[in-house]
Amino acid sequence: MIWNEAKECMSRDEMQNLQSKRLVKMVDRVYHNVEFYRKKMQTMGLEPGDIRGIEDLTKLPFTTKTDLRDNYPFGLFAIPQSEIVRVHASSGTTGKATVVGYSRRDIENWQECVARVLAMVGLGKEDKIQVSYGYGLFTGGLGLHYGAENLGATVIPMSSGNTKKQITMMEDFGCTAIACTPSYLLHIIETLEEEGVIDRIQLKAAICGAEPWTENMRKEIESRLHINAHDIYGLSEIMGPGVAADCEYHTGLHVYEDHFIPEILHPDTLEPCKSGEIGELAFTTITKEALPLFRYRTKDLTSINYEKCECGRTLARISRFKGRTDDMLIIRGVNVFPSQVETALLELGETSPHYLMFVDRVNHQDTLEVWVEVEERFFSDEIRKLEYLTGKIAHVLQQALGLSVKVKLVEPKTIERSEGKAKRVIDKRKLV
Amino acid sequence: MAIKQLSVFIENRTGRLEKVTETLKENGINITSMSLADTSEYGLLRMIVSNPNEGKRVLKEAGFSAMLTDVLAVKLPNKIGMLHELLKVLEDVNIEYMYALATNENASMVIKISDIEAGKQSLVKHGFELVSEEIAYKINES
Repeated sequence: MIWNEAKECMSRDEMQNLQSKRLVKMVDRVYHNVEFYRKKMQTMGLEPGDIRGIEDLTKLPFTTKTDLRDNYPFGLFAIPQSEIVRVHASSGTTGKATVVGYSRRDIENWQECVARVLAMVGLGKEDKIQVSYGYGLFTGGLGLHYGAENLGATVIPMSSGNTKKQITMMEDFGCTAIACTPSYLLHIIETLEEEGVIDRIQLKAAICGAEPWTENMRKEIESRLHINAHDIYGLSEIMGPGVAADCEYHTGLHVYEDHFIPEILHPDTLEPCKSGEIGELAFTTITKEALPLFRYRTKDLTSINYEKCECGRTLARISRFKGRTDDMLIIRGVNVFPSQVETALLELGETSPHYLMFVDRVNHQDTLEVWVEVEERFFSDEIRKLEYLTGKIAHVLQQALGLSVKVKLVEPKTIERSEGKAKRVIDKRKLV
Repeated sequence: MAIKQLSVFIENRTGRLEKVTETLKENGINITSMSLADTSEYGLLRMIVSNPNEGKRVLKEAGFSAMLTDVLAVKLPNKIGMLHELLKVLEDVNIEYMYALATNENASMVIKISDIEAGKQSLVKHGFELVSEEIAYKINES
C-alpha cells in the first residue's frame, strides 16, 4: 500500500519544484539562526539569496560528523531549546557522541516517513509489530515505535536483548512483523530453530536496518522464516530510521525526497557522480526545524536511480549499500569490504552467516584470516572433509576479494552475536 | 551391526577438551573408548559412549558441534597377525580411520569405512565377530 501517494508518486518536475521551494526557505532560516553555517557561508562569499533552487545545491558547504562533534551538544540547533521536544544521540563508539534534536513537527515528519515504510512493507492497522531495536538515545527503537503507532498497528516495544523473552512474546502475541538489525534477526532465527518453535510464529515481514547487509542475507532471512524482509535506512543526523527503504521489488531503497535531498559524491573529488555511479551518499534536509543540515556526508557508499519503480513510486532509489567509506579495509593494497566476505560465504551456502575478519601485519605483510563457524549441518567426523570445506571457503573468498585468505574453522557461537550492530572486523595492524 | 560414534569439533583452545569431558561427566555419560585427531587449528574427538543420543544432546546444549556416525566395532582375538587379517578382509572398502576399543578380554577395533554394509558382510563371512551396541556402550561397566 502507498501511504502518501501525493508525495511518493509525484512527477520529477513537481518533486524538484517542491524541493527547490523548501531548500530556499531552509537556507534562509539556517543562515539567520545557525552561526556555524552563517560563518561558513560568509567565508565562501555565499548569501542566502544565491540559492534559488536545487540547481544551486552544490554551492552549499558540506557537513561532516566532525562538525556535529565540534558543536557538541546543541551548537547546530536552529530553534530555541524551548521548541525542542526530544533529543537522541549516537553511541559515540568512534569519539564523542553526536547529539541530534527534534521539534514537534520534526517528530511528526519522522512518524510519517516510518509509516510510509511500514505501509510499503504491507503492514497496516491489523498488524502487531515487535520493535526489537534498542530504545533510548539510539533512534532505532523510538523511531520505529512512533511510526508503527502512526500507522495504527499494535506496537510491542521489546527493545533489544533477552532473546528467549522476545521469542515467547512473538509466539504468544502472534506478532506479524519485527523490526531489528539483520544480524540480531539471524540470532533470533537460530534460537527459534533451536527451541523448535519456528513453525509456531506468525511473522510475515521484517524491517531490518542500522547496519549494512547483503541481498543474500535478506534471502536467507526470508527463506528461513518464510517472510518478506525489507531494508530500512536512516541515520540520526538526518532523522533516524525511515530516510529510505525498499519496496516489494527490492530494486533499491526509496528515498523520501520531499524531506531529504540525496546526492552521490565522488569519494575523492566530492564532485557529484553521474546517475548509476557509486559514491558517497550525502543528504540535505529540507523540512527539519531543529537540526537542518546541508549536504551531510554519510560515508555510506551507494548509487542512485531516478527512474520510476514498478511499485508506482517515483521516489529516487539508492542501491543496497556497498559499504562505508570508513568500513573499507585496505589489505595489501586491495580495497576490501566486509560485505564482500558475507556475500561470498552466503553464496557458498556451506557455513553459517556469522564471520569475523582478522587483519594483521606479520613481517610487514598484511594478513587476512576469516573465521567461520562449523555449523552442525556442515560438520563431519572426517578431517579430510573439514579440510576440503576450509579449502573451498578459502578459494571462494580469494575469488571474491582478489586476495589470499586464511580460513579458520571455529566452534559454533564462538563469534560474538550482537544485539545491535554486528562487529565483523578486528584490525590488529599497528601502522608505524 | 553398526554402533553409534559420537564426534565433536574442538578448537585448539585451552580447556575445550576438558569442557567436553566435564559436560559428559555431569550428565552421567561414560566414555568407553576415544580417539583424538588433531590438526594445527582444531581437533576431532571421536568417542564410543554409554548413551550416544544423550551425549550428542548435552554437548550441543553446551555449544559444541557434535554428530553421530555409524561405525563398526570388531572383536579381535589377542594374537599376532589378527589386525592384518582384518585389514585383508576389508581391502575392498576405504577405511577412513580406526582406533582401539577398550575391552576386558580381547582387543576390539572401531572402524569407519566408506561402505558399512559391504564391510560388515565381508567381516562376518570371514568369521569376525562384531560388537553389539548394548555391549559397546556398556563395556567395562561392572
